[in-house]
Amino acid sequence: MKPKMIGDKMTVLLTALFFLTGLFFTGGLAAQTTVSGTVKDPKGHPVRGASISIKDSYDGAVSDSLGAFHFSSADKGTFTISVSNIGYNPYEQPITLGGGPVVLHFVIKEQLSELKAVTITAGSFTAGDAKRGAVLSSLDVATTAGSNADITAALKTLPGAQQVGEQEGLFVRGGAGYEAKQYIDGTLVNNPYYSSVPDIAQRGRFSPFLFKGTVFSTGGYSALYGQALSSVVLLESIDLPEKSEVDASISPIVLGVGTQQLSSNKRSSYGFSYNYVNVGLYFKAVKQIPDYFQMPQFHNGDANFRIKTKNGGIIKYYTTFAYSNLGLRRQDWDSLNYKDAFSLTNHNWYNNLSWREYLNNGWKMDLGASYSTNLDNIGQQLQDAFNRPKSFADSIFWMNGKQFGIDQRQDLSQIKAVFDKKLGGISSIRFGSEYMYAYNYQKFRSPVYPTMDSMYKFKDNFNAVFAESDIFLTNELAAKLGVRYEHSSVINKSDIAPRVSLAYKTGPEAQVSLAYGIFYQKPENSQLFYTTNVGFTKATHYIINYQKMSKDRIFRLEAYYKKYEDLIKTVPVNYFYSTFNNSGSGYAKGIELFWRDKKTIKDFDYWVSYSYLDTKRDYLNYTAQLMPSFAATHTASLVMKKFFTKIKSGVNLTYSYATGRPYYNFMLNNGAGGTKYNLAESGKTKDFNALNFSAEYVPGIGKAKAKSFLVLFASVSNVLGYNAVYGYNFSYSGLYKQAIVPPANRFYFIGCFISWGVDRSQDAINNNL
Amino acid sequence: MQKMILALVLLITMEASAQNDKYTQVMLKNIALLDSAKSIDELQSLAGNFERIGDAEKTKWLPYYYAALAQTWVGWSPATKDKDANAAKIKAYLDKAEAIEKNAELYAVENMAATQQMLMDPQTRWATNGKDASVALQNGLKIDPNNPRLYYLQGMSLFNTPPQFGGGKDKAKPVFQKSLDLYKSATPQPLAPKWGQKQTEDMLAQCQ
Repeated sequence: MKPKMIGDKMTVLLTALFFLTGLFFTGGLAAQTTVSGTVKDPKGHPVRGASISIKDSYDGAVSDSLGAFHFSSADKGTFTISVSNIGYNPYEQPITLGGGPVVLHFVIKEQLSELKAVTITAGSFTAGDAKRGAVLSSLDVATTAGSNADITAALKTLPGAQQVGEQEGLFVRGGAGYEAKQYIDGTLVNNPYYSSVPDIAQRGRFSPFLFKGTVFSTGGYSALYGQALSSVVLLESIDLPEKSEVDASISPIVLGVGTQQLSSNKRSSYGFSYNYVNVGLYFKAVKQIPDYFQMPQFHNGDANFRIKTKNGGIIKYYTTFAYSNLGLRRQDWDSLNYKDAFSLTNHNWYNNLSWREYLNNGWKMDLGASYSTNLDNIGQQLQDAFNRPKSFADSIFWMNGKQFGIDQRQDLSQIKAVFDKKLGGISSIRFGSEYMYAYNYQKFRSPVYPTMDSMYKFKDNFNAVFAESDIFLTNELAAKLGVRYEHSSVINKSDIAPRVSLAYKTGPEAQVSLAYGIFYQKPENSQLFYTTNVGFTKATHYIINYQKMSKDRIFRLEAYYKKYEDLIKTVPVNYFYSTFNNSGSGYAKGIELFWRDKKTIKDFDYWVSYSYLDTKRDYLNYTAQLMPSFAATHTASLVMKKFFTKIKSGVNLTYSYATGRPYYNFMLNNGAGGTKYNLAESGKTKDFNALNFSAEYVPGIGKAKAKSFLVLFASVSNVLGYNAVYGYNFSYSGLYKQAIVPPANRFYFIGCFISWGVDRSQDAINNNL
Repeated sequence: MQKMILALVLLITMEASAQNDKYTQVMLKNIALLDSAKSIDELQSLAGNFERIGDAEKTKWLPYYYAALAQTWVGWSPATKDKDANAAKIKAYLDKAEAIEKNAELYAVENMAATQQMLMDPQTRWATNGKDASVALQNGLKIDPNNPRLYYLQGMSLFNTPPQFGGGKDKAKPVFQKSLDLYKSATPQPLAPKWGQKQTEDMLAQCQ
């Protein structure tokens, strides 16, 4: 019995307990409090998907597409209710439950976010793989027909740049080539191109594959940069390579080998490469107009190391050494019996060391140092029909003036520091300073007039301090305010350059930007050799830009006005000697259009650029404000790329067009008013057309874990053989003019690139899938 | 007296198991809702439910896992345009779960989130989001080489990669088969993830 009794009692007890515990968690059911309401943003738009919850309980809800929510809770007392949603500032408030239904209307504010915020696009084309707003990637540069992997050539297919074929450099919006500057990792590159050869444009020294990002600013650029009246090209070198690899390039023109070694902990890497370019074979096969007595050859070597620091920063060092020589003869334009023989030997050494570090409290530091030295040995001679040197009587001094030797050297050492601080949210300020020490000399030798032998040199200590701030008022409205102070010791002048830009988002993918800025630039070395009694040249930019950009399409429309002041004017003293002053002036205005579309046709990518330019300037030996000889009124490019996945090949076409450019013959006259230039003849060249073609075959695409990777590449520039005329050289008499034409009508290239140890097909897929 | 003590002990254990039961009940209810949820609002609201359970429980990774999973189903919907913003939500749930326990199931969700981002623009996102997706898959397989869902996701990636780039039906088929074998041999715990078998069977049929 006893056990039964116990059992009975237990049953009763357990039943009671069961009810009791049951009450613990169901007892509240009778007294549920309903909580309902809405979540909206300050503009009154509903916020969908916001989470509303009573802290430390299961109770809560998520707002629906109308921003409404509804839930009930069994709790009683005072609790905290919180509202949260990604991209919005969280919100909390106390809530009393148990006293009847609660209705709450929450307003939550969107957080400022770098991904959503507007960016300033006036005057700037961002090219790069990672960055949003990218216009061109390094593979785009390589696969733009006609560029032959030259960064500048690819940038020429963007609006703002002129189709100048007889000189290296970017001629941007009525600016001369030397008014555009290149920066690598924040520091200025003194000699970005191979040394000039008269009337033949030279390539840039740097491969597009060295860089992960490129910004091509056609005006209104940041206060961090200066000394460029029209444009800056900002190149950011790549960080660590993905894998160790060895690569080789083989073509009738160039042979190269290189390696990149990534440490096993993937914190550092080093690499070096060497290539040798000799166009001898090619020039034998494809007739050139000039007669090359020394076939152009180039030795290029480079080395680098990169180290990741603890806090996510990186130290990068890059050095490149180049040696080249060439010699060519062309018909003299004063006498059909003689030839001009030009020879050039160049040594160039470039070093760049940069350190980016993330410090505490939102500070970022960018330090850069660079050193470069460039030596040109130039010879210019008149030769007769048998290629023998020829000298002339004093009475035909202009012929003797074409016989000389020049040894010139440009050294540039610089350091730059930029500090960047995030100010609550995404606004930031940055400031810094740069110092450059330049040493330049030029030795001139005249075999005919030894008394004219001369040595010009100067040193310049150049300082700049700058500050800039990015202010985001909302995700839709941003401003960038900057100012830059510069001092150059050689001219002993200072300047202050303000820069302002604004961007306003007009729609989810569309925005309007405005930019204004003053830009100063030191006179060129060739002018400073003769006089240092000159000041900065000056340009003021006003830009308005509209951009609509979606994943696969970009549309840009930009208008600008530029005012030039204090441009350098040549003051002739005699035929051989001139001095300079700042009495020049000018303007440029225009409209530019850009459209890129990767979407409409599958595997087909194209872009169209159009530039309208109205510019005049009075500079150098110009007799008045005239349209400069490098400027065309209308310039357009159509770039097309199509990849055929089935045959693992791509073909690319570029068509470029520019209306004729003006040419002038300014003759030196000894008149009543002293020695001065007169405009003896002017005209316009015919329109420029070029259709360029290239193709690549990438058999390794998709072969996972392939040990080697091969790319075959071929290109033809100016397929249709259009005869381009870039301008004219005038005889001393002014009676004869000789057209400036490319050394050959077409340029062919075929090459093979192989890499071992890394699957580059990823790159190819990125670009062409 | 002994009886009283016994009764108290009983009471306390029962209360504790009742608490556990409450968690289990609520989880089971929400998991069932997740299995049948159709609209974005439903899924969104379930993600919120799971998150609140996780926040209240504090030591359990599963509620956050299911919150992330619900958010991932939101991400697969074509109506969800901004996959980056959605992936940020998934990531926030995963971070909370991973703070408690890092496991292969979480990597499976991470893989899907990155894949959704990659698919917005495969050409340019292959190298970033695409890489994140494959790294997540590899990490998951390292922890649990017998997870059927990871093989299903690997199969999906191969299935959707063109044959020229090393994918295709032929490559995907054995991976789906392996996944299905693992599903069949698995004996999941009551609350543990068990989705994917039906999808794998469908895909395998498509590979035939």
